[in-house]
Amino acid sequence: MRPREPFKWMAVGTIWFWLVAFALLPNLLVFVASFLQRGSDEFVAFAFTLGNYQRLLDPLYLGLLLDSFWLAAITTILCLLLGYPFAYLLTRMTPRWRPLLLLLVIIPFWTSSLVRTYAMVIVLKANGLLNQILLGLGLIDEPLELLYTEPAVILGMLYALLPFMILPLYATLEKLDHRLIEAARDLGAGQFTIFRRIIVPLTLPGIIAGSILTFLPGLGMFYVADLLGGAKALLVGNLIRDQFLSARDWPFGAAVSVMLTVLMGVLLAAYYLSSRRASRGVMP
Amino acid sequence: MRLNRLPQYLYLVLVYGFLYLPILVLVVYSFNDSKYSLEWQGATWEWYQNLFDDPDLLQVALNSALIATLSASVATVIGTTTAVALHRYEFFGKTVLNALIFVLMMTPDIVMGIALLILFASLSLPLGFWTLLLAHVTFNIPFVVVTVLGRIGGFDRHLIEAARDLGATEFQVFHKILLPLLAPAVVAGWLLSFTLSMDDVMVSFFVTGPSFEILPLKIYSMVRLGVTPEINALCTIMLGVTLGMILIAQLLLREKS
Repeated sequence: MRPREPFKWMAVGTIWFWLVAFALLPNLLVFVASFLQRGSDEFVAFAFTLGNYQRLLDPLYLGLLLDSFWLAAITTILCLLLGYPFAYLLTRMTPRWRPLLLLLVIIPFWTSSLVRTYAMVIVLKANGLLNQILLGLGLIDEPLELLYTEPAVILGMLYALLPFMILPLYATLEKLDHRLIEAARDLGAGQFTIFRRIIVPLTLPGIIAGSILTFLPGLGMFYVADLLGGAKALLVGNLIRDQFLSARDWPFGAAVSVMLTVLMGVLLAAYYLSSRRASRGVMP
Repeated sequence: MRLNRLPQYLYLVLVYGFLYLPILVLVVYSFNDSKYSLEWQGATWEWYQNLFDDPDLLQVALNSALIATLSASVATVIGTTTAVALHRYEFFGKTVLNALIFVLMMTPDIVMGIALLILFASLSLPLGFWTLLLAHVTFNIPFVVVTVLGRIGGFDRHLIEAARDLGATEFQVFHKILLPLLAPAVVAGWLLSFTLSMDDVMVSFFVTGPSFEILPLKIYSMVRLGVTPEINALCTIMLGVTLGMILIAQLLLREKS
């Protein structure tokens, strides 16, 4: 490397500046704000407190948090159950069709979740498609109240987030070394053993990455709860938003957000460990 | 072996049906000549016409296009040079930088939204055009980095070494060799950023004010009031723009391997 390389230092300097200014510093401010008190004319008052975190354990908020975790967990599990066999089948399709089939998952991945949630509203509303079909088939006599229920929120999140589970799963399943499976079969392992002892551990990074991309947004996507769940504050995302918008209690909103960030940290650490293990597993 | 493929195909078809049917319904209804009924009453452009007759809505759409264009462009410059730096150089904190970009990409939108809101409030920046632009550049950067980095390994290193031996500076190597070779990935990164910016609801929700309205937030406030054929038409246009961008991006990223 020559002594003076302006390009290198410009490139490295710019990205570092941007990340420090717009990623690290803002999150540090959130962390600090979460220990401050609610202000009367300013957004925060500079007095230390642990009260915001204690309030998370208040039955009122704890109930909401647990409900939201429950909804996000169910969504994640449904995404996994639906997405894993789907991603696996994609990897087993002929190379001729695979790019097209993959593209059909990539398109909804990049499509606005809001627009797709709205499409779900059209399907589920009282005179919507699903009710019309059920009525037409004579399965029901009058339209069902599908909107503004918890199952509707789960369905909406499943719909919005499924591509975010499928793509990371596909990426790890595609790299799966099928010689390992054959070797195990030759050694007498059954289907279930092969799945549990070989396929799952090797694709665990994809499972965790997909779960991060569905579970965390599943906690946060307040517009899905608004549009499909009615006006009730159902998700952690609604709670945070309301603290910043209507309740004007920024420190408490910041504390809830810190909780999400810590959760992300834990999940990312799990991802890191599992991908290290998986890559060690296949190394000779 | 042949027989048991049938349930497999059936499963794929069902999941694709789940992914696409609601969108299809939305698109079809946007052309339906009936304001309330579900039944097909013939095709119409009326709802699209109504959208284009609404000057406020056009202004909002223009705002969104402006933010998307600018934020995608800035993010593409920063993201591309970052990808090249990560690929070519060793420097202090490189591993941390790599990890930070990954974490930034995985960060839930709501966390990023309120973090930036608190930052802008601490700096007393009024929420609007500039805060929105800074926020969109921030969430676009990692996607450009990843897109460009994914295509960077594939070409001849000797080309770069030769240029260096002949006295090219690092900037010349970037400008004359890497950029032309990486052009498809760079353009794809720009298109994906544009799409992300055009569709973002959650981050924008916190970092823009009433002075600068954008399309996704406008749609959000319209949708909360109920289903109308005009929203169907507007959402269909959004879907069309995204589809076009993604198809071009994927075409550019398709490697000749």
